[in-house]
Amino acid sequence: MRLDLRLPIGLMFSLFGAILVVYGLVSNPAIYQRSLGINVNLWWGIVLVLFGLVMLGLAWRAGATSRPREPDRDRFSS
Amino acid sequence: MERIHLGSIDYMLLIIYFVFVLGIGWALRRFMKSSEDFFLSGRSIPAWIAGLAFISANLGAQEVIGMGASGAKYGIMTSHFYWVGAMPAMVFVGLFMMPFYYGSRARSVPEYLKLRFDEKTRGLNAITFAIMTVFSSGISMYALAKLLELVLGWSFHGSIILTGVIVLTYIFLGGLTSAIYNEVLQFFLIVLGFLPLVMLGLKDIGGWHGLTTKLAVVATKAGFEPGAWSHSWKYTGAPSQNPMGIEWFGLIMGLGFAMSFGYWCTDFLVVQRAMAAGSMTAARRTPLIAAIPKMFMPLLVILPGMLAIGMHATRGGFLPIGSDGQPNYNLAIPMMLAHYLPTGLLGLGLTALMASFMSGMAGNVTAFNTVWTYDIYQTFIRPGQSDSHYLKMGHAATVFGILASVVAAYAVTRFNNINDILQLVFSFVNGPLFATFLLGMFWKRTTGHAAFSGLLTGTLAAAVHYGLTLSHGSIPGIKGGFLGTVLHVYPSEMALNFWTAIVAWTSCFVTTLVVSLLTRRTKTDDELRGLVYSLTPRQSDEAMPWYKRPVTLAVFILVASAILNVIFW
Repeated sequence: MRLDLRLPIGLMFSLFGAILVVYGLVSNPAIYQRSLGINVNLWWGIVLVLFGLVMLGLAWRAGATSRPREPDRDRFSS
Repeated sequence: MERIHLGSIDYMLLIIYFVFVLGIGWALRRFMKSSEDFFLSGRSIPAWIAGLAFISANLGAQEVIGMGASGAKYGIMTSHFYWVGAMPAMVFVGLFMMPFYYGSRARSVPEYLKLRFDEKTRGLNAITFAIMTVFSSGISMYALAKLLELVLGWSFHGSIILTGVIVLTYIFLGGLTSAIYNEVLQFFLIVLGFLPLVMLGLKDIGGWHGLTTKLAVVATKAGFEPGAWSHSWKYTGAPSQNPMGIEWFGLIMGLGFAMSFGYWCTDFLVVQRAMAAGSMTAARRTPLIAAIPKMFMPLLVILPGMLAIGMHATRGGFLPIGSDGQPNYNLAIPMMLAHYLPTGLLGLGLTALMASFMSGMAGNVTAFNTVWTYDIYQTFIRPGQSDSHYLKMGHAATVFGILASVVAAYAVTRFNNINDILQLVFSFVNGPLFATFLLGMFWKRTTGHAAFSGLLTGTLAAAVHYGLTLSHGSIPGIKGGFLGTVLHVYPSEMALNFWTAIVAWTSCFVTTLVVSLLTRRTKTDDELRGLVYSLTPRQSDEAMPWYKRPVTLAVFILVASAILNVIFW
């Protein structure tokens, strides 16, 4: 299958992370009472953005170096 | 019970997830040219994707809600489903069974049975499996809809239609590949959605030490030693000492051997993911790669349940009380989500929960459509048609599978712990299966008649055993003892299920052995090449560097799970 799965994974988590970061910055601090006073939207949003970017980076690197005619199926497996 | 209110940001995350899920199906639709593409992903999936899908297909309702519930009900002993149950079985299927599954080019587990034994053994396995997958998928659907109704106030029927339509659409478009890709997406979502929950819960309760103090209260209240909820082996000397009501022998033989090997080594739902791998090495590595994240799953699914019951016992009112006066264990994880996650992260957690239900459902539906099309339709109803005919049938079977799941979802209403009902179904059908495969793969003398009669005897023995025994505190009926006389009462439902699996396995093993010796072999050595251990050339991994060999990975997994058992002894 010629769809690098890391692309949608990276896109979705970057998007999720970005939304949570923005929301974390603008939301009313009172809602963080239940999460023990921690702005979890902001912090976990940053984690998600980083994860998403790593996935996108891996997909981009594979796309830039692969020979389209004969992809090595086992390359990502080890 | 107070309902959870979702903000628009939560709905936004949920909708984005649905868009991605459907988008993956849409992007893959042009690759679905032959039935092999649709049912087996054209055997081209890289090992890491197949591996993550291998555990994710199993990460459905029974895993997330059921394991969370069991974590609350039985404590850390629930981790035996992982470190005693899953690990050795996953290593075994990767190292010893995959060469036959993948090497024989069988397209399904029942088809392997046809190649190794005969048509009737395949038919029996295919039909029982098809029924089981529809039920599992229905349970997933039912549990999700019930949960959303309870905690969000969503319409039960609306949730069933919504999940049914989404799963149907992405499988219809992209077949097994779409299901596998979405399972991997779901896997990451579950990990990243539940991790903050566990971290917040642990921080709140005062770390592991704080948790064990709270669990000591739970244990003493229930009449056990204070450590009964936080030690996995210490109190398994006698069934009366631990909340699961089982001693070490029943645990190892029932759960660790009969049940787990029956599930991980023979259930087409998971084996299909490895069969879709791109090469023999990738196929053998699939279950091994899966075993690594699987090892840490208790942290994400059992720990929240333990945290919830700890809070419930010491702060009160954390879990709603059911009609039987017991806390509603199935709500352990949803209540944790509601308690700790603010709007925003709550949407992520809820999306993860929906993802887990959908991946469990999709796994069952893809396994169902393959078995139906190849092993029932092509074999018994209309053989010899063109490939495009079977591809069309695959699409139709997907629709039919979803509809049947909906029917099953409405039919399932009884058990308080979803995990128990699933384990029960598995023990009837899967308990005997592993005996058949073990003898079939490692003893060339095993005959078709023997395999068939062994399977029948095993399933029948399981049903009879279940019908003559009962778990403590249950009334005879669906929970056992339906044959009128009750010969033995087990301390818990778990113990009853484990022993049912042992009875099923043993009677199948003995019957297959005896009938094999009494019947004539119908397959020559030549026909069995690639299907039986002694007649198949060994897989040589000599060409690979030692750290890439499946054996190295297998040893690492076994050592790591042994260490985990010791840490939480």
